[in-house]
Amino acid sequence: MSRPDLRQALVRLLGPAGPELTCEECFAELDRYVDVELAGEDAGAAVPGMAAHLVGCPACREDHESLRALVGADQPL
Amino acid sequence: MDAESAAWLRDLNAGGATRDAAVARLHALLLRAARFEVGRRRPTLPHLRGDELADIATEAADDALMSVLRRLDDFRGASLFTTWAYKFALLEAAVKLRLRSWQGREVPLEPEAWAVLATATPGPPDDLEQSELLHAIETEVRDSLTAHQREVLVALALNGVPIDVLAGRLGTTRGALYKTLHDARRKLRARLGARDMLPDWLDAERRPT
Repeated sequence: MSRPDLRQALVRLLGPAGPELTCEECFAELDRYVDVELAGEDAGAAVPGMAAHLVGCPACREDHESLRALVGADQPL
Repeated sequence: MDAESAAWLRDLNAGGATRDAAVARLHALLLRAARFEVGRRRPTLPHLRGDELADIATEAADDALMSVLRRLDDFRGASLFTTWAYKFALLEAAVKLRLRSWQGREVPLEPEAWAVLATATPGPPDDLEQSELLHAIETEVRDSLTAHQREVLVALALNGVPIDVLAGRLGTTRGALYKTLHDARRKLRARLGARDMLPDWLDAERRPT
């Protein structure tokens, strides 16, 4: 295992440091978070604790990536 | 609320042909989202046939339609209606695909990956430091966590079991499992912090991708 892999494994084990949303709160706020992100505004300030949760929860992170990609694809270039 | 979102709500709350047409448009929107999710994950699902994937997308859109119609009163216009609706279809599709991809597979609850982690070759001084950290984590996982916390942490964080898959096997929810994972991580951090063993780089790398 390379050092970056080892570090990633440690990050997965120990999770984020700060306060974070729950999975339910994350789902409730996900649409607003993505729209704020895609508007180029400060999504972290709009939904505190979301960024930390997306670091700690791979499933919610995947849901966020998919929603951002889908909504982003809808927007005019 | 923006005009387009308000129009969605107005039509979905109307009666007769107006509502029927709006529900059909909504289903098409959700099906597009579900197919988008299936398409994103398709490279990681080589064992699923095209018709199986199409069925999963359709089921996800059908289930998402029910969820959205049940929760219409929850939509307050904090986002676009389409963004709000999309998330239900993406979630349904993602969960179904995670469950399908683990169907028939054993969920590893034992720390199989410890061996890989623990034998990472020490080289430079910071690798040695990481080896010591790994040893400390292994000790704290064994001695400080409850059996349930240990099982959940090992499955999710070490063995890479998707949280929805583990929730299904253990008869619980994503939220309940994440709470257990969160509590286990906090306990480990507290124990390692008390031993002055949390590395400086740890929280500098925590950014979602």
